[in-house]
Formats: sequence, C-alpha cells, structure tokens
Amino acid sequence: MKALLSGNEAVARGAYESGVQVAAAYPGTPSTEILETLAQYDEVYSEWAPNEKVALDVAIGAAYAGSRSMAVMKHVGLNVAADAFFYASMTGLEAGLVMVSADDFFMHSSQNEQDNRRYAKFARVPCLEPSDGQEAKDLVGVALEVSEQFDSPVMLRLTTRISHSDTLVELGERQAEERAEVPEYRIDRIKYVMVPGNARRRHPVIEERIEKVKEFAETFPYNRVEMGDTSLGIVTDGVAYQYAREVFPEASFLKLGMTYPLPPKMIHDFASKVDRLIVIEELDPFIEEEIRLMGLAVEGKSIFPMIGEFNPQVVRESAIEAGLLPPSAAVEVKQPELETPLPLRPPILCPGCPHRGVFLMTKKLKMVVSGDIGCYTLAFLPPLSALHTCGCMGASIGQAHGVSKAGIAQKHAAVIGDSTFFHTGLPALLNVAYNKSDTVTIILDNRTTAMTGHQQHPGTGMTLKGEPTKAVEFEDVAQAFGIEQVHTVDPYDLKEVEGALRDCLEAEGPAVIVSRRECALLPEARKLWMALRVNEERCNGCGLCFEVGCPAIFKSDQLDAKTGRAKAWIDPLLCTGCEICAQVCARKAILFREEMLKEGESA
Amino acid sequence: MKAMNFLVTGVGGQGALLASGILADVGVRAGYDVKKSEVHGMAQRGGSVTSTVRWGKVVYSPLIGQGEADYLLALEKLEALRYVGMLRPGGTAVVGDMGIPPLSVSSGDDVYPNDEQVRRVLSQVTDDYHFIPSVHLAEDLGNARAHNVVLLGTLSTFVDDVPPEVWLQSIRERVPKRFVELNERAFHAGREARSSK
Repeated sequence: MKALLSGNEAVARGAYESGVQVAAAYPGTPSTEILETLAQYDEVYSEWAPNEKVALDVAIGAAYAGSRSMAVMKHVGLNVAADAFFYASMTGLEAGLVMVSADDFFMHSSQNEQDNRRYAKFARVPCLEPSDGQEAKDLVGVALEVSEQFDSPVMLRLTTRISHSDTLVELGERQAEERAEVPEYRIDRIKYVMVPGNARRRHPVIEERIEKVKEFAETFPYNRVEMGDTSLGIVTDGVAYQYAREVFPEASFLKLGMTYPLPPKMIHDFASKVDRLIVIEELDPFIEEEIRLMGLAVEGKSIFPMIGEFNPQVVRESAIEAGLLPPSAAVEVKQPELETPLPLRPPILCPGCPHRGVFLMTKKLKMVVSGDIGCYTLAFLPPLSALHTCGCMGASIGQAHGVSKAGIAQKHAAVIGDSTFFHTGLPALLNVAYNKSDTVTIILDNRTTAMTGHQQHPGTGMTLKGEPTKAVEFEDVAQAFGIEQVHTVDPYDLKEVEGALRDCLEAEGPAVIVSRRECALLPEARKLWMALRVNEERCNGCGLCFEVGCPAIFKSDQLDAKTGRAKAWIDPLLCTGCEICAQVCARKAILFREEMLKEGESA
Repeated sequence: MKAMNFLVTGVGGQGALLASGILADVGVRAGYDVKKSEVHGMAQRGGSVTSTVRWGKVVYSPLIGQGEADYLLALEKLEALRYVGMLRPGGTAVVGDMGIPPLSVSSGDDVYPNDEQVRRVLSQVTDDYHFIPSVHLAEDLGNARAHNVVLLGTLSTFVDDVPPEVWLQSIRERVPKRFVELNERAFHAGREARSSK
C-alpha cells in the first residue's frame, strides 16, 4: 500500500518498520514531526529529551544495551550533541544507531545555515541522504544495517525540503525480533570506556572502519548511475537530485545515497565516461571537494550557489549563466508591475501572546534584553523592538551574566522560554548563582514548546507519549540554586510585571522572574477567548495601543474630531481578550472583560 | 506528460494547508505521481504560507520556480499578488475574496490594495483569472471557514480529466465528519461560481 507521506513521517515509519526500540529527540524545525509521528506507534519507546545531547546519549545508551535506536535533531541540534556524536563514533555500539540530522537551508526557522555532512566526515561516521520520502523511509533501515555491519553510528541527513515534502511511499510491516527475555548488558570496558589508553586503541579502529565503508560504498545500491547523454555528467545528492533531473532530463547522473564516505572507483569510472563533470549539491562544496581530492577535474560552486536552498529555477538559471544550457532554456516569467509596494507579512507575536506583557514593561523601563530562541524572539520587531540579542538555544542567561560582569549604563535582563530554559538555560542560571551577578532572568513560561508547534517538556507534567509525569517548577529550581529573589507574575497583569522588574533591578544579587501564562493558542486558553471592544467616544486616537504590536488592533476609518488621528478598532475575530491593550490605554477606551460582560448583561 | 503544477497561497490559519492536502490527495486518487511541498516561516499563524502540489506521470522536484505554476489558488488577495509571478503567463488563477491586512496595514504604515488594483495586477500575468466571492459563498452556507473548499470547487472546473466525484471523495475523508455536508455544498458552490470574474 502506498501513502502520501512527508519525509518526516516517512522517517518515523522507517524507524517503526526497521525495529527501532528507543527514539529520543528535542523538537526543532524541520525535524519535529518525526518523533510526533513515531510516538503514535506503541511498539517504539519515544521521548522528548530536554536537549539534543541528552537525546543522543539516550539513543547511544539504548544501542549499548543492544536495542536499535534513533536520535533526531535539527542541524544546530548536532552542535549541542556533538560531544556525544564523537564518542559514539569512537566506541561503536551493540546495535544499530541512526542519528537523524535535518538541515534547514535558507534558515526558514533557524539562526544559521550549516552543512552537517561536515560532521559526518569530522567524526568518521557514514552519512546517508534520501532524495524523497520513499528513500527517507528505506534509508532508516539501511542506516541501521550499515551501523550494525560496521559498528558505527550512521547519520541520516535530511533537509527542510525532504522533511516537509509529501511523496508517495510504499508502506511495509514492522520487522522486529520478538524478545523471549530481557537481554543481558554486554560489558566491554576496553571498547566503551574512553579513557586515553582505550581511546588511543580505538582511533585506528575507526580510521580502518571508514576505509571499509568506502569499499562498501562502491556497491551500495543507493549510489546509482543513470547514464544518458555523456557530454554532461552530474554528481548529486538529496533533493538536489530531483531539481537536477528536472533541469537536465538528458544528462548522465551519479546519484549518491551515501555522501560520506564517497566511492572513489565509482566516481573515477563515472568521470571517465562523461565529457564534463559537475556536482549539484546544496550549501557546501562537500562532494566537490572530495572529488577534487581524488585528482579529478570537477565544477560545482563555480556554477551553483553556496547559500540558501535550491529549486529548479535556481539550478536552471545558474546553468544558463554558466553556459550549460542555452538561454532559450529559460522559463518565461511575467512579474507584474505593482502600483504600490506590497505590504510584507512578517511573523508576529499572536494576539493574546503572554510574552507581550513582559516586553512592554522591559521596554518601558528602557532595559537591554539578552534574548533566546523561541516565539518571543519576535519581540525584536517594531513596534516592541524590545529584544536585543538572539544567538542559540540557552545563550541569553550566560550573555546577561557577561553583560553584568562587564557593566553597562542601562538596566538589563535575560529572557528565556520554558522549554529553552530546560534545554541549556539550567547550567547558565547555575553560573549566575555560583558566580554572583545581579542578572535578572525572566523565564517566559507559556507551559509548552510553542515555536515548534506545542510540544511537551519537563515543566508541563506530560510526556511525548501523553503520560502524566512530574512537572518541574522553575521557582524550585531557582531556589535550589540558592537564588533568593524569585518572583512569579502573570504577564497579563502589567503592573505586577513592572513591580517585579523594579524590585529585581533595585535589589542586589541574582533574581528570577517566572512569567507564567499559557500560550494563547493552547486548547485550554482558547476556551477563555473573548473579544474586547473600543469605546469610540472615549478613544481619541492617541495611538498608545498601536505600540502594543497586537495584530488584532487596527487603525479604524474614524478620525478623532479634535486630534484628526485614527481611532482604534479591535477585530473581534482575532482578539483573545488578554486585556494588555486595555491596561495601556490612558483613556480607558478599551473595555475590559468585566465591562464587556456587564454590557452583554444590560443589552 | 508534463507535470501539472499548482501553487496554493494564503495566510497561516486560513486553511491553505488543508486545501493543498486535498489537492495532493485528489492527484493520487486520479492515478498520478504526486509531490507536495510547503513553505511556511516561523509564525504559528499570521505569516505567509505557500504550498506546491505537482501531479504527473513521474514528478521529480517538489518545488517549482517562477512562471511554472499552471494554477494559482490564492485564499487571500494580498498573497495572490505576492505570488502571481509564480504563475505561467496565461495560466489559471483562482482568487478568493478574503483580505487579511498585515500588521503594517493595521498600524497605518502600509495600504492594502483594493479589489480594482488586485484585478489590474492579476491581469498583467493572465486573462484567465477568477475572482471568487469565496467567503460570502461560504458564509451563505453557514460557515466562512469553508471558503477554501469553495475555491477548490472553482479550481476543479479547470482540471478536466478528474471528475468532481474524485474531489468530493477526498474532501469527505479530510474534513471533520460534522463538516462534510457543509464542505460538499461549498465545493458545488465553488464550481457554480466559476463564470463570475
């Protein structure tokens, strides 16, 4: 039976079918749906770990224990998990381990572009790359077999376009051996204890191992030659293969399903059969460099871009410019002339977003804010313009501590989301306490991992599988670290937020403010939605409420007779009734919930 | 055969992804190789959403370039203008009448194009554009949210080789049970609305 599956769903299906027993991940676009899908299979244990390093350690432990396992992360997640990735390569495993890395080219939802095939070579780990959903599913099982055959973790490298494209996939049954009894853990201290003496013995083993995989790659069925017109030979991988097939229907292809290590004989042979050898690969010239090291003449990044995501247009236009295709190959495009520029539609904090209350107050107090990764990063945009750094997961608190130690004229704070705090904020907050800075850490606890689409985390009291569990309280953590000033505020109460901020800024020593209010899009919060209304007689168009940056508040057509300025209007379809704008309004022109209810009763 | 390319555009939360999901499923039911790919940025809702759906004997790329869409299905007027350059000159555009002003418009910094401007811009790329009162038609049926299926109904009239029943099968399977009847009627309303420009 065939089904239309996204690449992520296909990977989950592949893990299920190939007998994965333990899978762990931290949510991150474009990889999140893999574990969400896998969680639906009862036969596989799956979990959200607090971060990618923990997730990979969990998968390694399961593989040490003799079970097939999988760890899943976005590209930058492997930066966090790199330590584990390298030692797992050194030790090898007792059962197959596949490490899924989903690279986000064009940074649809990421802070940087990086080509994680580099990590595969760096750690001497084989790297497999699917070019559609079917291969994504199949290569999970293949990766586990390669892992077991060569005693090495295997990277399955996806990209956003593979993860988020739906293609037809043939479904199969789960192939897993029934276990009669719980297996005994096989102890091998020399192989698994990476003290220097043992590690020095292991390093030659992994160098020899990758040479053997190189031999294996020569006949690996997912490295495939498709001979056509021999005037042009194209070496390609991943979704770039699909773009290349589309743009060069006549050419000869060497499609690589394993991009590290490369098969030298196969490549030499292919190169000898074609007049001109080019590589079409996204981001880094990884394959190109490897081929050049084989002493072959090859072109790649001199023709195709090294930045962003490809599509047929990018490939075609680059090829025309390089003379690989005639100008007549161009697609006719009609870009209309616009009478006025089109308004942009950047991502924004949603109506009713609880983060808004905190940022309005840090802005009011003219604070410098070290930011982090999550929906709240969007507070950097006007009109709030209230977040001033965003680097990587968990960076805010360490940065703010550094700012504090350096000393600046302004007041400052760190903001970090609840899930991000558990990810890598914990050790940074410990550092604030240990090394005694006046850092104010604001934990924006919206009771979910909102950015990636509402996943559970250690603070929510629920697991990926939907089982109740212990919910960690941020206040308890701060107190356990020895932080004495700990405030809990409701970000919908601006006075309360401002009061806590002022208290923390005036006091000496580290402080934590837990801003607790669930994401307005969560089902429980939706039940409380109620649209507010502007009293047009009271509104004089002063514009204070527009500075809140809520997409539910509009400038209406009505102008104030005295000031000539547009009055406010609230879209009842968008407003959730958070009352933040009502608190900002100096003329009490925006009705609070209570007033709305009274109005309803008297009507 | 050359692949048939659809581009669905809209704003997050509008139902663009349901529409492109149905479109992909219809292609599978009609016996085509199908690829679908979504591009949506960081926002939970409120940002631009586009989805490419391709039907063909064999489909390679999940994405298309500018000028390669045979059909543009726009759930929102501003997004129609933003992506009309993706349409093959002379291709078919089915555009709904929903307008969702971005923050820069609601704050008064930008102006949302009026319907006449929308028409003038569309007509630079194709004469075969169809402005459908999708929201009004769906409201008349009792639920404005069915506007996306109204537009699918209109689109279906341009795809000759797939009978309406195939579309309806897909719609029945993909919308919540209690909305099946509403969406069936929305689909038919969209088919009947084709003539209006």
